[in-house]
Amino acid sequence: MAQEIRVPEVSEGVTEGTVISVAVAVGDKVEADQTLLELETDKAVVAIPSPFDGTITKIKVSEGDTVAVGAVIMTGEPGGGTGAPETPAEEAVSEAPVAEEPAAAPAVETPAEPAPDPEPVAASAEPAPVAESAPPASTPEVDLTTVRLGDRVAPAAPSVRRLARDLGVDIYQVQGTGPGGRLSEEDVRVFVRETMQRITGGGPTPMVSAEFPGLHAQRPLPDFSKWGGVTQEPMSKVRSITADAMSYAWSTIPMVTQFDKTDITDLEAFRKEFNRKVDPDGKLTMTAILIKVCAAALRAFPQFNSSLDLARKEMILKDYIHVGVAVDTPGGLLVPVIRDADHKGIETLATELNELAAKTRERRMSPTDLEGGTFTISNLGGIGGTAFSPIVYAPQVAILGVSRAEMEPVWDGEHFQPRLVMPLSLTYDHRVIDGADGARFLRWICQAIEKPINLVMKG
Amino acid sequence: MSEKIIIPSSAQLVVIGAGPGGYAAAFKAAELGLEVTMIDPEVNPGGVCLHRGCIPSKALLHVAKLVNEAEESVDIGVTFAKPKIDVDKVRAWKDEVIGKLTGGLGMKVQHKKLTYVRGMAQFKSATTLTVTGGDGTVGEMTFEQAIVATGSRPIMLPGVDPGSERIFDSTGALDLVDVPASLLVVGGGYIGLELGSAYQAMGSKVSVVEMTNGLLPGCDRDLVSVLKRRLDTKFEAMMLNTKVAGLKELKTGVQVTLEDKKGQQTKQKFAKVLVAIGRRPNTEDLGLENTDVELDEKGFVKVDGQRRTGQKNIFAIGDIAGEPMLAHKAYSEANVAAEAAAGRKAVYDPRAIPAVVFTDPEIAWCGITETEARAAKIKVKTAKLPWRGVGRTLTLGRDDGITKLIIDPETERVLGVAVAGPGAGELIAEGVLAIEMAAVVSDLRGTIHPHPTLSETIYEAAEMLFKP
Repeated sequence: MAQEIRVPEVSEGVTEGTVISVAVAVGDKVEADQTLLELETDKAVVAIPSPFDGTITKIKVSEGDTVAVGAVIMTGEPGGGTGAPETPAEEAVSEAPVAEEPAAAPAVETPAEPAPDPEPVAASAEPAPVAESAPPASTPEVDLTTVRLGDRVAPAAPSVRRLARDLGVDIYQVQGTGPGGRLSEEDVRVFVRETMQRITGGGPTPMVSAEFPGLHAQRPLPDFSKWGGVTQEPMSKVRSITADAMSYAWSTIPMVTQFDKTDITDLEAFRKEFNRKVDPDGKLTMTAILIKVCAAALRAFPQFNSSLDLARKEMILKDYIHVGVAVDTPGGLLVPVIRDADHKGIETLATELNELAAKTRERRMSPTDLEGGTFTISNLGGIGGTAFSPIVYAPQVAILGVSRAEMEPVWDGEHFQPRLVMPLSLTYDHRVIDGADGARFLRWICQAIEKPINLVMKG
Repeated sequence: MSEKIIIPSSAQLVVIGAGPGGYAAAFKAAELGLEVTMIDPEVNPGGVCLHRGCIPSKALLHVAKLVNEAEESVDIGVTFAKPKIDVDKVRAWKDEVIGKLTGGLGMKVQHKKLTYVRGMAQFKSATTLTVTGGDGTVGEMTFEQAIVATGSRPIMLPGVDPGSERIFDSTGALDLVDVPASLLVVGGGYIGLELGSAYQAMGSKVSVVEMTNGLLPGCDRDLVSVLKRRLDTKFEAMMLNTKVAGLKELKTGVQVTLEDKKGQQTKQKFAKVLVAIGRRPNTEDLGLENTDVELDEKGFVKVDGQRRTGQKNIFAIGDIAGEPMLAHKAYSEANVAAEAAAGRKAVYDPRAIPAVVFTDPEIAWCGITETEARAAKIKVKTAKLPWRGVGRTLTLGRDDGITKLIIDPETERVLGVAVAGPGAGELIAEGVLAIEMAAVVSDLRGTIHPHPTLSETIYEAAEMLFKP
């Protein structure tokens, strides 16, 4: 049904206005509240919005016309919906092994690397005979050839852009600290300083941490097809981010793994008993219990809840305890994070973990669910195995690996008793944590599991 | 006067064309220590801008402003006698302005110790030019680097005799041979509207014919509508959606066949016809085919961010390097090319190139326009302040104007500024600075603007974005 669109009461005392621009044409699909035309009144220029979603069928005014309040300006056909959503969702960018599409995107592009403009200028091709005295353009480090006006422009004053060029900085990689993300001269200098520190062996700095994903050298590969058939598949986003994070950790962190065992016979009995009564959403898992125990241990040993800033020669101790849990998903390994684990009871942790793990497996988690972890637990007990050495998830400094509990004969002083024993392995960053502390920390966890009273005795 | 023209045998940097782009590049390069030769057919530098463009047209528009103000001051109680226009004197004054400016540039050429060759140049190879001096001397010169800044020229309708006295382009109009009783301006762009306004004020009955459905393509319609409302009262007719189907020169005028959207033809007679349908880059006859310089499909030279062409030791700047064809864009490119030629890391990356239409009221804009934002689906927020009710505009006896800010709703960064109204061309500079500095709208609001001036409209428009 066609509907008339009239000039609404725009403001008190205004009875008419001049049409200064018509923003739509006949046949245009419009959304409710989209501007149809602009009216200049004595008081202001007002936009007249569409009262409905639909299609404009007739426009009765043109630019320069004076129209009174209440006059019909257009007619339209409500309904029918409108086309595509207006703004394309921006791709979430995050540093953790994260939520990118599981279907292997063919581009082997890492998310936090901004400008895919790798081609440097080879301006050396000056005409031969006269080139000698000409000083120009000896392979500039900055991209001087392409003007990226199409991009969202870097919000920097001309003087700042010039400084960046002189220093060989791609301004599009610098993060601004001013209002609206404006880049100052200082931002450019900080970027240079931090990049230099990184290159000369400093630790990762938040601003540039993901900008050098190609650091991990690769030797030339042989031609595998010489020995039989091969298939090449592009790495998925998750895979390439994982590869980057793991090789960064492996090649920069001196790690030690400490092994221990804990008797969970009583705890397991309690857990089974508990689960008989509780509904599936609140099902208590060993991981949920471990989150609580680890949170308490991290309070007792704050250096395990830290990060190392070698560049500044600082330890960053975190007041909060956010525990990441490695989740095996069809798309690869993801690590969602349980926040403030130390402030939550085990029941809450269990419910939260069940929900978060389910969300992660179905890839419904948001990028923020994967950020901010201060310690990680990787439980492979469900699959089996006697022990393994997990890799620290930088910039964290420790990770707990959990393997399958087995019934073992345990000597009680007189007899061997059948006890359910769970192997634990703690990998830590030896730059931050000494071997003795590593052993103490893991012992603390084992004792707390065996005699939960320890949780409240110490800590 | 006619000294023999000496063509040097070589140059470190040769600049071809001495318009705003060429002379700015030559001066900059000389400052940076390069040994520079500049080649141009005119006696003095200046190019179209000074000789046949911006400067003479602004001189004529100043005459128009005086006339209009004298006429309109009747409403505020000041009555002048009807102005008498002495066309010869106006022309002489305009020529004097041109003479002073170009002469000044000529002096500067000497001060900067540039070699200036009056003549034309053609590339023989990527390092050699054939130069034909204004006196017929022909010579060859080698160069290390070249900056080509040969500008553009008006496009004429096909079939018009180039020597015609009744049908002319902007160059002819600026010669100001006389003030015709009636003038048809073909083309509703800024050149046609500016020159049309000048002739109207000097006494011609001016009509405009435009093929598309609006004046000033590329400009937001709300700004155009401010201008159109006034031009509607000044011009005889504004024929939109209308084509010129035929031009026939008669003894006493030109018979023009106009064809409207439906194909209906009418014949009208005008004393003179000004054709202002666009400009074309001067990229022919330069011997560019003897180099690796490449052209795009519109005839513009393809350049990179430093204005280097496909031939890396040859730069192109100004009108031949693409739209917008504006002198101030050429200045900026000139500095980049000169610095790059001297080995510096300059890049041409303006965030905003101001456009000014010097009609009355003026229209000026920079950065993104609302139309562009809409087309590119960029989310923006706008503030539009009509000039009615602003103190300074009322004291000028004029209230037709609008100031518009276009910002990013997320960061509040200023993305575009547009002004229509008397003096808009002067006001826009603040907008350009704001955009280049990546200012947010709070910066404009937090800046004290002098009272009572038109610049307060920018402040007040910024203020509108903070209403609860």
